[in-house]
Amino acid sequence: MALINESFFSAEGLEKRLAGKKFWKVMMTEYWIPKDINFLWALGVVLATTFSILIISGIFLLMYYKPDTALAFDSVNYTIMQEVSYGWLFRHMHGVAASVVFLIIYIHMFTGIYYGSYKKGREMIWISGMLLFVTFSAEGFSGYMLPWGQMSYWAAAVITNLFAGGSLEAWGLVEWIRGGFTVGDATLTRFFMLHVFLIPVVIIGVIVLHFYTLRIPHVNNQISDDIDYDAEAEKYLAGNKRESKVIPFWPVFLSKDFAVLGIFLIFYFYLVFFNFEFAMDPVNFDPANSMKTPTHIYPEWYFLWSYETLRGPFFDMFGMKAGDIGLMIFGLAQVIFVVFPFLDKDPDVLPAHKRPKFFIWFWVMIVDLLVLSVYGKLPPIGANSWIGFTFTALFLLLWVSLPFVTKSDAKARGAL
Amino acid sequence: MSNTNRRDFLGMSFAAVAAVGGAASLVGMKQAWDPLPSVLAAGFTTIDLAKAELKPGEPKTFKWRGKPIFVLEMTKEQIADADAEGLPKEYHLNIGDKTYTLVIGICTHLGCIPAWKGIKWKCACHGGEFNPSGKQIFGPPPKPFVVPPFKVEGQVLTLGETGPESTAMIAARA
Repeated sequence: MALINESFFSAEGLEKRLAGKKFWKVMMTEYWIPKDINFLWALGVVLATTFSILIISGIFLLMYYKPDTALAFDSVNYTIMQEVSYGWLFRHMHGVAASVVFLIIYIHMFTGIYYGSYKKGREMIWISGMLLFVTFSAEGFSGYMLPWGQMSYWAAAVITNLFAGGSLEAWGLVEWIRGGFTVGDATLTRFFMLHVFLIPVVIIGVIVLHFYTLRIPHVNNQISDDIDYDAEAEKYLAGNKRESKVIPFWPVFLSKDFAVLGIFLIFYFYLVFFNFEFAMDPVNFDPANSMKTPTHIYPEWYFLWSYETLRGPFFDMFGMKAGDIGLMIFGLAQVIFVVFPFLDKDPDVLPAHKRPKFFIWFWVMIVDLLVLSVYGKLPPIGANSWIGFTFTALFLLLWVSLPFVTKSDAKARGAL
Repeated sequence: MSNTNRRDFLGMSFAAVAAVGGAASLVGMKQAWDPLPSVLAAGFTTIDLAKAELKPGEPKTFKWRGKPIFVLEMTKEQIADADAEGLPKEYHLNIGDKTYTLVIGICTHLGCIPAWKGIKWKCACHGGEFNPSGKQIFGPPPKPFVVPPFKVEGQVLTLGETGPESTAMIAARA
């Protein structure tokens, strides 16, 4: 590079120094997206927007929130909710977005599974995406503790207690995580730090990684067409926009994204203003009390399915305690989706409706997760326990069968 | 060649210093998360049975490490019931001619706190029940109430320290 003579105080001079036009071209106007996609391809931008809403509303909550067991509850329920102008709005935006972001994550995830967008070069997209799911879960859990209500307290107590290791009694670990014998002030302050600093920073880093992993293999399309991006981009740039199979990220793809985003935001703000109660559990409006358990404890809806796999095995089997088996399945449920690309033994990338047995597998998995979620909220008594057990067993069975199901599809197609 | 060796040496020295420093920082960070001395010091609760004003058949609740501790001085009938059930003597705390049930009052099912209902503890969460010995008798709890570690000196119990009585009681329930 040579020295730059153009003035710093001119558009030309800035361009010389930063090469903004080149950057914009690489990131936006010549980042190619296939044409054959539907609204489900817009959910990445929807998620990025929801995350921005969470950060902005979080900043306003952070200015009045006090991470101290004596002050936290009132700083949320009195100061923010009643004194701060629009404090209630920021809290409801934050709480509802935290819930809705998981809905979109799940749809985004299962879109990827349906269209096979996790293999043959797209493994890193899938793995970084699952890393985001895990970090968002940690963010949701740590944030839920902050209002210091009864649900905050007991969710924290039950979840940190998982690290006691069941009957292994991993003494010391759970006390180390809590910073005390029970969930207390040290626990609240450290989870506050995690929620407002460490985990968000990690999430931002992984989002950047997730976008980066997309760049080389490009996004998938509805028929899993293997597009020659250089050739198609050349057509587009030469003016054959109709013939070309691709469009630039900006302005063409994003204009459609913004339409979907608009619909999503109408839905989101409808929830914020008129139906926010689902994200504001009434039990959490009682201050935390370590000597009184609420009559029924359950996590937020997006954790219910994995919570139910924890409770599913309610009797001892194979010489192991029921609680230990549940803990093992629960641990497995948290990580098993990461290895999806390696359990799919079908060499072709195809949407699920072109893979008949996998198509059935896909919908059985969705139904199974929905049933687990419903029963995760019900008290585990009588028939409920047996339904929870059956669908937990089905969950395991589905994962064991995945390699065989996908292989069988490939054989029927003649690909293996 | 000697130049390459010198660079290798520099590189390895740098890596070694960085590794030792990194490991040392991890130890420091781990310890920053340990329970504070004041928290650990508050982890001991003393119960003086002579002054606790317990009435036979009516449990009292104490607090230890943020958890409820049920102490029940057993009546003659309750002791007879426990004997009839075949529970060993170490199932309870025996001091002098008195027999006590001493347990952490947290349901072994999902961690709720059961309430005393005249003859047994009943959990409002999922209907689990425990008899006066602290043994599960109905519902989902998988095991009896857990016995905390404690030391006995005369009539004074120090919860948080370990003594032969609590070790025997914990073993009797395993």
